[in-house]
Parts: sequence; structure tokens; C-alpha cells
Amino acid sequence: MRRLAWIPALVVIIAAWQAWIDLRSVPDYIAPAPSDIGRALWDGRSTLASETLVTLREMLVGYAAAIVAGLAAAIVLHRAGWLRGAVYPLLVASQSIPIVAIAPLLVIGLGFGLAPKVVIIALVCFLPITVNALDGFASAPGDLRRTMRTLNASPRAIFWRVELPWAAPRIFSGARIAAAYAAVAALFAEYAGGSGGLADSMHDQLDTGLVGAAVVLLACLALGLFAAVVLLERVTVPWAREG
Amino acid sequence: MAGAAISIVDVSHGYDDLQVLSGVSLEVPAGGRLAVIGPSGCGKSTLLSLVAGLEQPVAGRIAVGGEEPASERLARCALMPQDDLLLPWRSALDNAALPLVNAGVSRRDARDAARPLFARFGLAGFEEAPPRRLSGGMRQRVAFLRTLLAGKGVLLLDEPFASLDALTREELQGWLVDALEQEPRSAIMVTHDVDEALRTCPRIAVLSGRPGRIVLVDATAGLTRGDVLEALRS
Repeated sequence: MRRLAWIPALVVIIAAWQAWIDLRSVPDYIAPAPSDIGRALWDGRSTLASETLVTLREMLVGYAAAIVAGLAAAIVLHRAGWLRGAVYPLLVASQSIPIVAIAPLLVIGLGFGLAPKVVIIALVCFLPITVNALDGFASAPGDLRRTMRTLNASPRAIFWRVELPWAAPRIFSGARIAAAYAAVAALFAEYAGGSGGLADSMHDQLDTGLVGAAVVLLACLALGLFAAVVLLERVTVPWAREG
Repeated sequence: MAGAAISIVDVSHGYDDLQVLSGVSLEVPAGGRLAVIGPSGCGKSTLLSLVAGLEQPVAGRIAVGGEEPASERLARCALMPQDDLLLPWRSALDNAALPLVNAGVSRRDARDAARPLFARFGLAGFEEAPPRRLSGGMRQRVAFLRTLLAGKGVLLLDEPFASLDALTREELQGWLVDALEQEPRSAIMVTHDVDEALRTCPRIAVLSGRPGRIVLVDATAGLTRGDVLEALRS
């Protein structure tokens, strides 16, 4: 039952929010009531649905790119130790570049299509994957590595048969964090250039009901991706849970 | 396979300003079994790493099967660590077969090669069990089979039963002697348990506290627990 505890919590929050708006007569340009959001969801359902699909696609492709790039970076840095000292600090520093600052450059370079959005989402999401994968690769016990060397394992075999599976639970931790970022990153990307996604419904800041509806849908996308990653983790690394 | 002879001549080793081993000389004939016993931190595990070619000694010479280069020693030695260190995502059989897979054998052939050993060494029926479903004693057996299946002439056993309860440990000591008689290899077994050393190996070497020096090398047949303890205290 504990895993369903969010349902009553959500009901309480929504009820309290609705009560606050109604009792205080808060105008809708300050904050939308849950009922306004519900109405906006229903009235704009066809537009919102197509926008959600656009954002979902950007999010999935960008997230996949982040996983591929994040893992590839971690594998290269792990296998080539001399490169790690040179590149790792730069990767961390890259996270402090405000997306807002480089997004226009990406749009100029890559156009208004999917490409700049994928790059922006991947930039936002790859670091937790890289950092967790690197830590995970290094966390295999030294005794195990030494033993494996005497059991005919080449460094390559040690990586693929020991270090990579050993790191899998940590890589999934990184992938979960990245999943939580991906939806907001997709929104950043849409603001930067041409969209058709949920950002379109957020442009009119005074239509707070519609903005709220888009936010709700965005949250659902983030939750859905997160849940999918958790499910995949349970299927692929069952040993990590049973300890 | 009868195993390869091990020759350790006047070996000293250390890290930075910490000396771990001092002037250690030992011989193990092909197919021989030597127990190495000593207080904690006397360099027993380091000695195994040096023999296996995982590290190079600061001074002295080590030869396995007559070969001195580290890569040649590594090619002839298999290490069994104190904790079984089985891979939790592989079944017992796939863990035992891993050294064959590492050597380029297909997974199917490697499993076929490992399966008869499971039957012979009391693990029948547990081939597909993940390590977490096995008792501590069974995990050590799988770890030992994994070491055997590396196909090396020398087994280096680093306190293989230290993490087991007393009863299981005693049972596995008898099991190990049987196994090594059926599958003869040269072996060095590091232990801190006097009875285990006397029970499992025909010869024993006693190391002093750090830096480890040899204080006694003898056949175990004529030795008592008291003799070994006295050598350990000296």
C-alpha cells in the first residue's frame, strides 16, 4: 500500500489548493484553480494531445542520445585513464553553461527541427549518467579484478564481464536522475526555437489554466519516463535489489 | 595436469617505506601443496600476488614452471580469494565456467566442461542457482571450481575458508584435499588457522610478523599444533 500513498497526498494537495483559490477569491491571473486546469485540459484536449506527442518524441530521442553519449563518454574515460584527468573537469564545467546562452547558437547551426532539441536535452541529461557510470566502473572490488586477471581475463574482458555489469545499478541511478530532467530540458529546447510542443501552450502566461494544463502533462511525461526506467532496472538488474 | 613447480628465492617486498616481506625463500615441487601461515599483515596475501605475477618483487626471484617473467607466472597461476567474489548476475555454473569463456571458449562448451565437475564435487542440482541462493560453503566450492577451470598448473588459495563457520570449514577442508587428489595441481594455501594448515597440506611454512620472514618450513606429518604455535610466537 505504501507505494500508492501518493494518491491521497495528491488529492489533499489539490483539495487544499482549490479551497484556497475559492475561499480567498484568488484571481486566475495570479494562480489557476485545479478546476481551471481541468477545464483547460478538456477544452484544449486535441491541441494538447498533439503537443504532448511532439514533446514526448523530443524527450525520448534526446534522452536516448544522452544515455548513449553519457555511457560512451564514461567508457572512453574509464578505459583511457590518461584522458580522464584532462576531460572530466571539462565535462563537469560544461554543465554550468546556461542552456539559454547556447540554445540560439544551436538553433542557428542546426535549424528549427529536432536536431537542436536533441542536443539540448542530451547536454542537460548526460552528466548524471557519465558520473554514475564512471563511479560504478571503479567500484568493482580490486580483489575481484586481480582474481579475474588470473582467470584468463583480458582488461577488455574484465570491463565487459565484471566492471560494466557491476556498474549497472549505478548507471540506472544516473539514468533515473536524467529522466527527471528530460521533460524540463525538452521545454527549454522548445522555447529556444520552433516547437509545436507543449511550450506552445505556455506562451500566453495570462491563460494560467492552459499553462497549468501543459505543466501537468509535462509532469506526466517526466513521471512516465522515470517509471519506465525503474521498470527496466528491475528487469535487467534483479540481483541489485535482492542484495 | 600435475601442476608446475614454484620457486621463491630470497624475495623481499614492500610499499613506499613499509616493508612487507623480507628474504623469503620457498620451494613447492610440481603437484606439491604448501600451507603458509602467519599473523595478520605479515605479507601472506602479498606473497600470493607476487607468485601470480600480479606484482613484481622489489628484490629476489620467483619462478613458476621454471619461468620468471610476470606474464609467464600469470599464465600459470589461478587465484582463489577469501571472499568467493562470485558474480551475482551469473548462475553458479556460469560463474565456474567464466575462466573458460575468458579464454575464448564458447559459453555452451564452457558450461559443458564445468557441468561434470558440479556433479563430482557435490553441487549437482545447483547449476542454475544464482550465488545468493547458495550457502557460504557451496559458494566457496563454486569459487574453487572456477579456480580449477582456469586450467592453470598452480592454485593460489588466499584464506579460502576464513569466512565460513567452523563446521562448514572443517567439511570443506576434507573436500579440498579430495578435490586436489582428483585434480592434482600445485597449490599454496594461505591461512591463519593452524589446524587447517596441518589438515590440508603436507608441508607448512610459518611467517613472522611484518616484515614477514620464514621462521619454520617443515613437513606437517611430524608437527603438532603446539609446534606451529610456538614458531608463530617466536
